[in-house]
Amino acid sequence: MRYAMAVDSKKCVGCSDCVVACQTENNVPIGFARDWVREINHGIYPELHTELRSERCNHCDNAPCVRSCPTGASHYAEGGIVKVTKEKCIGCSACIISCPYDARYIHPQGYVDKCTFCDHRVKDGEDPACVAVCPTKCLYFGDLDDPNSEMSTLLRVRKYKTLIPEAGTDPQLYILV
Amino acid sequence: MVKSRRDFIKISALSSAGLFVGNQVVKATSSVANSPKQDSDYKLPSELKRTPTYCEVCFWKCAGWVHKDEDGQIKKITGNDLDLNSNGRFCPRGTGGVGMYYDEDRLKYPLIRTEERGKQTFRRASWDEAFQYIADKMAKIKEEHGPEATALFTHGSGGKYFTNLIKGFGSANIAAPSYAQCRGPREVAFIATFGQGVNSPENTDIRDTRCLVLIGSHIGENMHNGHVQEMSDAIDKGATIITVDPRFSTAASKSKYWLPIKPATDIALLLAWIHVIINEELYDKKYIEQYAYGFDQLKAHVQNMTPEWAYGITTIKPDVIRETAREMAKAAPATIVHPGRHVTWYGDDTQRLRAVAILNALLGSWGRRGGFYMPDKVSVPHAKLPPFPKPEFTWRDAMGGKYQLADLALANGMCDATIPTSAMSRSIKGWIVNGTNLIETLPDRKKTLAAIQNLDLLVVVDTMPMEITGWADVVLPECTYLERYDSIRDSQHREPTIALRMPAAKPKYESRSAWWMAKNLSKYMGLEQYFPFDSIEEELDHELKQMGTSLAEMQQVGVKKWKRAYDDIYYKDGESVEFPTNTGKIELYSTSLAEGGFDPMPTYTAHPEPPQGYYRLIYGRAPMHTFTRTANNPNLTDLMSENAVWVNPKVAREWDLKNGQEVYLQNQDNVVSSFPVKIRVTERIRWDSVYIVHGFGHANKQLSRAYGRGASDAELITNVMVDPIMGGTGMRGNFVTFRFTKGEEA
Repeated sequence: MRYAMAVDSKKCVGCSDCVVACQTENNVPIGFARDWVREINHGIYPELHTELRSERCNHCDNAPCVRSCPTGASHYAEGGIVKVTKEKCIGCSACIISCPYDARYIHPQGYVDKCTFCDHRVKDGEDPACVAVCPTKCLYFGDLDDPNSEMSTLLRVRKYKTLIPEAGTDPQLYILV
Repeated sequence: MVKSRRDFIKISALSSAGLFVGNQVVKATSSVANSPKQDSDYKLPSELKRTPTYCEVCFWKCAGWVHKDEDGQIKKITGNDLDLNSNGRFCPRGTGGVGMYYDEDRLKYPLIRTEERGKQTFRRASWDEAFQYIADKMAKIKEEHGPEATALFTHGSGGKYFTNLIKGFGSANIAAPSYAQCRGPREVAFIATFGQGVNSPENTDIRDTRCLVLIGSHIGENMHNGHVQEMSDAIDKGATIITVDPRFSTAASKSKYWLPIKPATDIALLLAWIHVIINEELYDKKYIEQYAYGFDQLKAHVQNMTPEWAYGITTIKPDVIRETAREMAKAAPATIVHPGRHVTWYGDDTQRLRAVAILNALLGSWGRRGGFYMPDKVSVPHAKLPPFPKPEFTWRDAMGGKYQLADLALANGMCDATIPTSAMSRSIKGWIVNGTNLIETLPDRKKTLAAIQNLDLLVVVDTMPMEITGWADVVLPECTYLERYDSIRDSQHREPTIALRMPAAKPKYESRSAWWMAKNLSKYMGLEQYFPFDSIEEELDHELKQMGTSLAEMQQVGVKKWKRAYDDIYYKDGESVEFPTNTGKIELYSTSLAEGGFDPMPTYTAHPEPPQGYYRLIYGRAPMHTFTRTANNPNLTDLMSENAVWVNPKVAREWDLKNGQEVYLQNQDNVVSSFPVKIRVTERIRWDSVYIVHGFGHANKQLSRAYGRGASDAELITNVMVDPIMGGTGMRGNFVTFRFTKGEEA
């Protein structure tokens, strides 16, 4: 099992539905977010290009946050999902500093919080909340170990990139371009 | 009569008191002895883990489910898979609708305007007092001016009940700003052409289109849910998108062709496209021959309107005009030249939308797969009410015979009819305003406020202390859509569907539903005969049973779908069709416009351009907000808390503007924005225009998250270009410049 997510930047309109759906699904306090939307513009009027994409934890195969955690709170869970055991977290922020994607925040209750790929939904066969809500269906979630999954197929047929590959984290969030 | 001037009142002092008056609330409610069942008495089926609703954050009215957590608190809202408007996926506003329920700035109890030591203020009132006050004032207006001197402005689901109330009272003055300030010209143009409007949700078959043409329509930023979803489907299937916009919109960034048109010249582009499609014989000959009227006149009409002619006007190169016209024709009839939604721009909007309709007709897309489907809907059988009194006077009498082609009432026309003039024998004296913040919704704020000063009674029904509440005599707190039943949603779509909204929680504070308010007011006003049911559950069940379902069933399923009665979603090849126009044909040459003394075919007229140092003010939508309605929603302000003014880097250099710098905007009439707005320097806008998202710059301090955040476009829209055909208020003829300090207002 190797869970991964893909974002089709050709379809994403940057509406941030993924952000608010995650907040209400996971009780993320207002003012914080586990996912966010980025807009990248290139060119000079009128030769322009705009890329919109929904971002979150990359659930890296080689995750610096897991390595830097002094208590073992940050860990790899089933399917490669990077998680935080909040009871073990001391809120030291080492993981936040080590994450090249700025994917973590300190919850007002003092522990570090982040995207879980909604593993509580995934275990019931549902998609993560952001994927399930997206009006443009630009978000995909699935198992890369299954060669017949939609995720595996997409990465075979579509051009894609990963974010900050030079950080060597082996990220599992794929941007379809 | 010398009347004391109506002051704007801030609800502040009372709102804070409301936090610790729990016991009083109970007393106040129980004192309404002879009232029908309270909203708070609703049985909330506890066995339901989720309750059905349809969304009230925008007009799309997506059907979904409200979920509660273990403690019974509203937790999240998701889409209903059976619903055609949402396909089980809510947009950010619908998902964030929970914020409307939890917003601590909500209106909490009825308020009545009073005067204390020479200062106008609101006092908290019981519902009985509020109803009695309204009934007395309405009776006085009726006695002095007749029942016709009252009006209802409404937007949203509760409007139906106030509509019955005011009709029963004897007035036909009922308007929604969604007509003359938004989609009216489009409806009139499509009715003139095809005999049928596009309505809502629009019958565009985007899902199966092969070419989507957007003219100033920014799908993706306007979060019209079904259309956003279907545009995404069309992208997946490789459809060509052509976007015409002075701004590089989100849709433009998804397009094969972006035509960065000079603003206010769209009709020239449309006519040149028509010219190419006719002269290169790219139109659907069989369709036009069989269905259309006036092709030869149209052909003659556009002969001089070449792409070269349009180039000089629009700045779009002739070869691009030709190439895009050919793309449209290549994909036809699966081509949609989208009619848009907010189309009141320059006052010749009906004619621009006529050009859009004509182009669709030439491409044969009306009634064809991938073009425009023929929608279907069921009608909800409402209980038969006693006949309404026939009014002797309506807002139309104040229009001097103009705007006869308007098929719905003009909200701005009702403002006109409220300001007495020597030419008018009667004027409107009482307004009920339900769910629409007229201060921000209507252009020309000075006129709106002048109209308000002429009122003997202004009743405002809202969930939030919007600016309009500050001018009210009586404020009635409506509960949010998550706390009430409402009328059955029966909107059109590919298949007929209905959707139920039921309360997921009891109304907070002393807020109540529109149904309950109208029902109670009817008792005080002696209009009980128009409200035959004792509870809304009884009314809905009565209606639903006649449709072969029931309230109990709808509570379980939320949405019910019927099969179409006939296989008629698209015209069959060569099928004979009678269009409901004068000629029974699609009118390329409009006989109804000709009869009304208007151009039977669209022509291009030049509009004023910004003076030196000024920029055209363009406004639009952000996907996480609906007008001013959501500007204080805690979940949605978290996504976007203020607007910014988009300026091209050339303009920024000229004015030495930096990203994030705060400026004031001043328009051509020297109106300065109440609040500063941040600069966003971006290549995504032309250098002759600036852009802001509508709905920000709130002036009411009681909207704690929205107050003073960004600039209000409505405030700066003082030049209104009225559509002579249907009275729509064109709002894109305003020009702004930058100010670094607020200074004195001229």
